[in-house]
Parts: sequence; C-alpha cells; structure tokens
Amino acid sequence: MNLVFEHFDLYLRAFGWTVLLFLASAVASLVIGTILSAMRVGPVLILRWVAAVYVAVVRNTPLVLWFLLIAQGLPMVDITFRDVEKLHIDSYYFRACLALTLYTSTFVGEAIRSGINSVGLGQAEAARAIGLTFLGTMRNVVLPQAFRASVPPLASVMIALLKNTSVAYVFGVYEATTRMKYFSNITARDEGVFILFALGYVVLVELVSLAAGTLERRWKVARA
Amino acid sequence: MRLTRFKASTVAVLVAAGLSACGNAGSDESSGPDVAVSSNAADSFEDGTRMKELAESGTITIGVKKDQPGIGFQGAADDIPVGFDIEIGKMLAASLGIKPEDVEWKETISDNREPFLESGEVDLVIASYSITDERRQVVGQAGPYYVTGQQLLVPTDSDIDSVDDVKGMDICSVTGSTSLEQIEAKGAKPRGFETYSDCVDQVLNGTVDAMTTDGAILMGYAAEHPDDLKVVVKPFSEERYGVGYSKKYPEMCQWIQDTIKAAEDDGSWAKAFEATLGKSGVDTPEPPAMDDCQS
Repeated sequence: MNLVFEHFDLYLRAFGWTVLLFLASAVASLVIGTILSAMRVGPVLILRWVAAVYVAVVRNTPLVLWFLLIAQGLPMVDITFRDVEKLHIDSYYFRACLALTLYTSTFVGEAIRSGINSVGLGQAEAARAIGLTFLGTMRNVVLPQAFRASVPPLASVMIALLKNTSVAYVFGVYEATTRMKYFSNITARDEGVFILFALGYVVLVELVSLAAGTLERRWKVARA
Repeated sequence: MRLTRFKASTVAVLVAAGLSACGNAGSDESSGPDVAVSSNAADSFEDGTRMKELAESGTITIGVKKDQPGIGFQGAADDIPVGFDIEIGKMLAASLGIKPEDVEWKETISDNREPFLESGEVDLVIASYSITDERRQVVGQAGPYYVTGQQLLVPTDSDIDSVDDVKGMDICSVTGSTSLEQIEAKGAKPRGFETYSDCVDQVLNGTVDAMTTDGAILMGYAAEHPDDLKVVVKPFSEERYGVGYSKKYPEMCQWIQDTIKAAEDDGSWAKAFEATLGKSGVDTPEPPAMDDCQS
C-alpha cells in the first residue's frame, strides 16, 4: 500500500488513461446511440431494421468479445488501426475506445429510445402538424424531452462504461487495472493496493453520478 | 485458463473466414529423461515433516505454468505438461516416491501463485517463479534452480539489436509482470496482455514491435516459430527461478535444495535442460549456486 503512495504519479496517470478511455467512448457512444435510437423510431424501414439488428447482436454479446475481435482478431487479418498514430493517437487506446463505443452505444440507444417513448405521441403529431420534417421533429421537439427523461438510465450506462474500461487491462492500455496488477505483482500480496484502486473507481463513478444528478435537477426545473 | 480457451474459440468464430488456424503448439517433445522414483521414500523422512506426509499420501500437487513452451506447457493432446519446470517437479516428486503420473499438475498463473501456496491449494510452485524479497516475505522460495534474464522476442527481420533501441516502441508482455515494468523503464510503451501466447500473436501479426520476458520463456516460443521469430539483446535483468513452498513447512526448503543439488551433481539436471529448454539450441549452462535456507 505504501508503494502506491510512493509512486502516486503512476496511480494518477493510470486513472488518467481510465478517464480518457471513458470520455472518448462516452461522447462517441452518446452520438452513435442517439443516431441508433432515431433510426429505430424513424420512418425508414431499412434503417429501423439495421438499428434493431445491430442492437440485438452487439448488446447481447459480452464486451470482452468485442475487445478480442478488435484488438486480437482483426490484427490477424492485417487490420491494426496503426494509422491513427499519424494523428498522435495511441493505436491501443483507439482500439479500446472502438470496442467500448461499439458496445456502449447500443445501451445508450436503448436508454434514449425509452426516453423517446416517454414523450407523448401528441408532441410528435403536433410537430408534424406545423410542418416539421422527421429530423426537425426529432431535433426540436422529441429528443430534447427524451434526453431529459433518459438521464437516469443514461447515468447507469455511463457508470457501467466507466467500469468497463478496465477490460482494456489485458489489451495493451496502461489504465488503472493494469497499474493495480503492477503493484500487486511487486507487493506479492497486499489488500491495500486493491482497496486504493477500488477507491479510485468509486470516486470517479461518484463524479459521474453527481454530474447526472445535477443535470436531472436542472432539467426537471425546465420541464415544470 | 477457461478464458483463454473461450477467447480462442470466439476469435475463431468471428474471424473464421480466411484465417488459418493458429499454429497449435501440439508438443512432440518426449516426456523428458526418466527419473528414478525412490521406493519406500517415506522411511527416509522424519516423522512430522511435510515430506513424510506427502510421501505417505503418495500424491503431491504442484503448481506449474501451462502456456510457456520449454518451461511448462501442456498441449491439447498432452496428458501431463512438459518443460524444464516439470522436470524439476518430477525430480522432487520422485524423491518422495511419487511417480510423475501421480503428481497433480495444477495450472498457476502469476497472480495466484502466492494465494495457492498459502491456502494449501498446491504443495509446491514451480512456475518460472523468480525469487524476490517481497515474495519471500509471503511464501518460501528454495533455489534458484535456474537463472535467466529478460530479453526480447522479435520478428526475424527486426532491426532491434540492443535494449536501447526499444525507446518509443510497442513492447508487449503479460499485464502486471515485472518484465513489463522493466521495459517501461527503458522507455518503451508497455502493452499488457493476458497470456504470453496472446503476446506472441501480437508480435507475429506485427501489432507490437517485440515481446519481452525472461529469455527462457522467449526461447521456447522462438523454437516454435523458428522462421518468424528470434530472441535478441543481452539479458538486461537477472531472474532466479525458485521453487515456492508454504511458510508453514520451512523444512521443505532443505529437502528441495538437496534434491535439486543431487540432480545437478549426477547430471540429471543437465539432461532435463537438454530435453526441454536446450531444444531451442542454447548451450546447457552451469547450474546456479543455491541460496541458503533461512529458517
């Protein structure tokens, strides 16, 4: 445990990678998830189908499988994404974000769809009646209300995402769990190391919950 | 290692098309030199010692690696694992009058070696287990029976020939291993994977520039892929492999040391080396000097 305090910079840097994994995957999966939910409620049959199949396949398979496919399977057929290094993005980080986004966007999509379902049908009908297109209806009327209703389920999805970043520890990203393994290897056996790293996750998750709580309160006022 | 098998199959299912099966390391190694099993071994140990208990029970559980060719490896078709660590285990078992087929070879990964010893899940750990002060605070470690050092495994066309060349390169090893830290200290980007075999695949498909860990382990992989991989650079660390035992039975240390010493003196240590690690073409080294058994 003392070892962790002596090398606290390593501890912080490891959680830095965890946060970076989380932020990039969170933004990307919110965007893709929103598009997925719009596809699922949209008027185009083929898009509805594509989104439904995507959600059914990806949401029903374990995350580690997507990591395996992207980090170990695709390189076998020469898809390594090493080109992103020209943009100064770490290719292992990129692959991990890709797997996390692929997986999390399905949960985001379903959380937002639940929000869309909570918006009264009359809202969409009224929007159509004043001449808004499907995209206009979604952007100006349905989604703003849907997001508001989706905050609690989205918070759960984001918390799961934050903890899911730890799967990257055996896929070449030096995030918090990797560093925990490093310390526990050196100390041979020390519960303190485990507790410190668990605490790190608790703090980060608490930050996400606080942010979600704030959004919820602020948006509730707007609705009232 | 359920996960590893699961992984292998999932990847296979997902990218089956156009993929040749991963080179399965079916071992064609012989089961190593014969070890003379001493009869009525139980009589030679004092009452109340752990050795006597084990000799009388006629069975022993030894924790070994099963994914390190040359050291401890079990292919799909193997009844018992093969490798240098396994040979050491056979020698120790034989001195208790236990035949190799009566030994229970239990897979230990780096993380569970100490817990397994402490809980009595295994009687001994012989699993490329480097002797360190931190570990000796938790468990007993007798030996060393072999000394190796950290090196690099690279594709045959790689330009790396000194450890200084690794700055900024992607180098993989097993997550949480000491090797990964040491390569990080040399300025490389450390890439942790779950098993050595995953790591070797990353080298073979060019995702990382090299793999690093103890030379003994790397030699085994190089021997499996002689056309694609080679071991380079002078060893830049010293790893002294010891036999782990529980601190509850300090008397085991002297027995382990004496048994291995006898094998070193009568040439069976060298024979065991030649039949396992020596197959990759390295010369058989002099056995290292053993530490004293602290009480």
